[in-house]
Amino acid sequence: MVPPSPLANAPHLKHWLRLSEEKELIFFTGRVELGQGNTTALLIMIADELDVLPTSIILETARTDLTPNEGITAGSMSITIGGQTLRWVASALKMQFLEIASERLSVKAKDLSISEGYIFNKGKRTEFSLTDFFDRLDLTKKIVDDANPKTFKERRKSFRDINRIDLESCLFGAPFIHDLKFDGMVYGAPVHPPSTYSRLVDLDLEMLKCRPGVIKVVKNGSFVGIIASTSYHAKNALSWARNNGKWESNIKDPVNHLKILKNLDTKPETVIESRDVNKNSGTWFEIIASRPFIYHGSIGPAAAIAKAEKDKITVFTHSQGVFQLRQAIAKVLNTAEEKICVIHKPGSGCYGHNGADDVAFDAVLMAKSVPGLFLKVVWSRFDEFHSSPMGASMVTKSRALLSANNRLVAFDVELNSTPHTNRPSANYPNLRAAGYLANPISPSRTPDVPVERGGGADRNAIPSYEVGGVRVRKRIIYDTPYRTSALRSLGAYCNVVANEALLDSIAKQIEVEPIAFRLDHTTDPRAREILERLDYETKKDRATSNEEGIGWGIGFARYKGSGGYCAVMVKVHVGDNVIVTDAISVSDVGEAVSSDGVKNQVEGGIIQSISWTLKECVPVDGFSATAASWTDYPILKFSEIPNLRTILIDRPEEKPLGAGEISQGPTGAAIVNAVADAIGMHVTNLPITRDAIISTINGGD
Amino acid sequence: MKKAMSEENKPISLTINGSKYSIKADKDTPLLFVLRENIGLCATRYGCGEATCGACTVIIDGQAVMSCDISLGSVTGKSVQTAEGMQAIPNHPLLESFIKHQAGQCGYCLTGILMASKALLEKEPFATRKRIAEVLDSNLCRCGAHARILDAVEEAGKYMRKGL
Repeated sequence: MVPPSPLANAPHLKHWLRLSEEKELIFFTGRVELGQGNTTALLIMIADELDVLPTSIILETARTDLTPNEGITAGSMSITIGGQTLRWVASALKMQFLEIASERLSVKAKDLSISEGYIFNKGKRTEFSLTDFFDRLDLTKKIVDDANPKTFKERRKSFRDINRIDLESCLFGAPFIHDLKFDGMVYGAPVHPPSTYSRLVDLDLEMLKCRPGVIKVVKNGSFVGIIASTSYHAKNALSWARNNGKWESNIKDPVNHLKILKNLDTKPETVIESRDVNKNSGTWFEIIASRPFIYHGSIGPAAAIAKAEKDKITVFTHSQGVFQLRQAIAKVLNTAEEKICVIHKPGSGCYGHNGADDVAFDAVLMAKSVPGLFLKVVWSRFDEFHSSPMGASMVTKSRALLSANNRLVAFDVELNSTPHTNRPSANYPNLRAAGYLANPISPSRTPDVPVERGGGADRNAIPSYEVGGVRVRKRIIYDTPYRTSALRSLGAYCNVVANEALLDSIAKQIEVEPIAFRLDHTTDPRAREILERLDYETKKDRATSNEEGIGWGIGFARYKGSGGYCAVMVKVHVGDNVIVTDAISVSDVGEAVSSDGVKNQVEGGIIQSISWTLKECVPVDGFSATAASWTDYPILKFSEIPNLRTILIDRPEEKPLGAGEISQGPTGAAIVNAVADAIGMHVTNLPITRDAIISTINGGD
Repeated sequence: MKKAMSEENKPISLTINGSKYSIKADKDTPLLFVLRENIGLCATRYGCGEATCGACTVIIDGQAVMSCDISLGSVTGKSVQTAEGMQAIPNHPLLESFIKHQAGQCGYCLTGILMASKALLEKEPFATRKRIAEVLDSNLCRCGAHARILDAVEEAGKYMRKGL
């Protein structure tokens, strides 16, 4: 077995665990809880390997002064890589426990085992528990020398049904970064310019300082920070500042990003070209899909706490990458990284690169002017909608060549997208306020995620089928006034919508049943099983509902081409608006460490994707996103939730693949195809609002 | 003028989760901030501050109310229930049902939803799934745990009706 990559830079047991004075086993992970149930799944993986109960061990998540650097918690890799690493750690630890016990008991190590924290000899419990041997452990030992993780047959099946460990605290407790409180804490409110291109022209700082409860006002370039004794006072002073300040844009004409995005004339970058796609003869089919900017829209706004002391800055954040945030802050402040400690605390649900890093930097900027005091910043809803990065807007054109015997023999995808990666790092700090400090570090052009890591804008542009030669070309559009970055599934959502709508429309035109057409183009047994199962599960309902306005549609993809498989079938009703009434899904993520955790992620992905596909579009004007409140950006509500049926194909023998991002693309595609089933046209200019449907019927774009 | 000043500074009394509190704060302060910062009851959550997301929902004299939208002064003498109060009734059908259905992901919206559901089921114990959804439309969830939440509230309703 190849050791998981994080063990290369953190090879010893001491990098991954410590023993507390209270005789607790405390494991470290560089991964963070984003609301997806990460910590529960990781604890299950450790406990299963070590043969203890998950409740008997503690897991510390990412902090720069303690845990290994595992990069960003993103891309559905937490279980696949982070969890596998912890299995190796727990295994090496277990081997050492058994070695020590074998010496102590003078029996062979192979006769010994562990169960619920006790040492067993040939199946009989001994007097020793693991804690008896804590002081004999050598944590300087190399993990790869001892680790021998269990085979799937040895794993504890019952652990897969363990509930989320953090749910109760969410129901009546205060587990979020927003809830942290320190003695003498003060509250900060940043007054961000309305767009990254605007600069502060006028704001009476003396008057602002006199607002009730205001302790201090900080100004650096166009960044203004209000420090107040309560968050209510900070909020009121912020409203005053917004109403009385004046900002001007430093560029004249806003770029029409949609015009650029839809212009497919300039030379694209070729991502992959497996064969000449233009050589085969047959019939070409084409479809163009687009998605607007999408907000992350976490219910709790971005928040952070910072404290600046002489030679030390402490930051609490819900960022996805504490080490990367530290590098970025160090770079902008021109400080040594070692002087900054960044600690993760859970925030509201995280779906990608949101405002977490930006608000952390806001807090640092303000905390520096009140040394020794903890300063908390919670962005307003207005800040969330105006200042945080958005999900990228993109256009995907998919073309496919059909041979005379109805086989796809070439596939050609061309896409334009604003960036999907603008995360902070040492080279590209990309912290919002840094762009308009007195000594600004402007946002830079960060390269797209390479294909080897699943791709960024081009993620899932390669269809999950055998379709002959494939060519993928892309253009990353940097020159827009809007800040976009990673949002769940990156380009996969739009690309899967385009590719699956294309397949669907070809199948309709040649009068082949859509699932059969897909099955004709895959020999992958896992893909086939999913499609066949979804067919079986929905066949009866599909056959009996053919009233006016009702449509059924399917979407399928294997995430990143190498991750989890997901097929979704939806039933829609097209009336004044589109309503998804039923969503049935079949997924295969290999080994499901927590079965219900996987289902919860798949369901969440489906519901979020229905919301994106039917409702969401960030209103933009000139240089800035303009939604001021939730009223300007409706998302799916309880009364619009479909009946869900979520089927998980269990493959304990396969490696775990992650579930958080597998269902968004297939769901969007299923809705487009279901609407087409109902009205006879593929509406691919997302979101599928009443206007988009009318525009498609009228032949518009 | 003097009298007005002393009125301003007069502590405001109210009951929270059965305990009496006397709070010295600007009477215009939204109840949400008083709960979180003056009293330290942080299960009531800030989501938007403008009564559009429901994360801060509490129960005041039996009614679900968004606490960002009601001032401290206007709840004088009233009885407020927050999610912390649920901790004292761990077998409450709503709590049991939310855990059984694993109804939540990040959990940020849950306390508001729990309070809105409790107020609804106590007033309308026969609320249908459709009615529950209609009422919860005032509460936003972004992770997509809606279906599980509806399952949980619907099932809790069945248990709460049994006691009638």
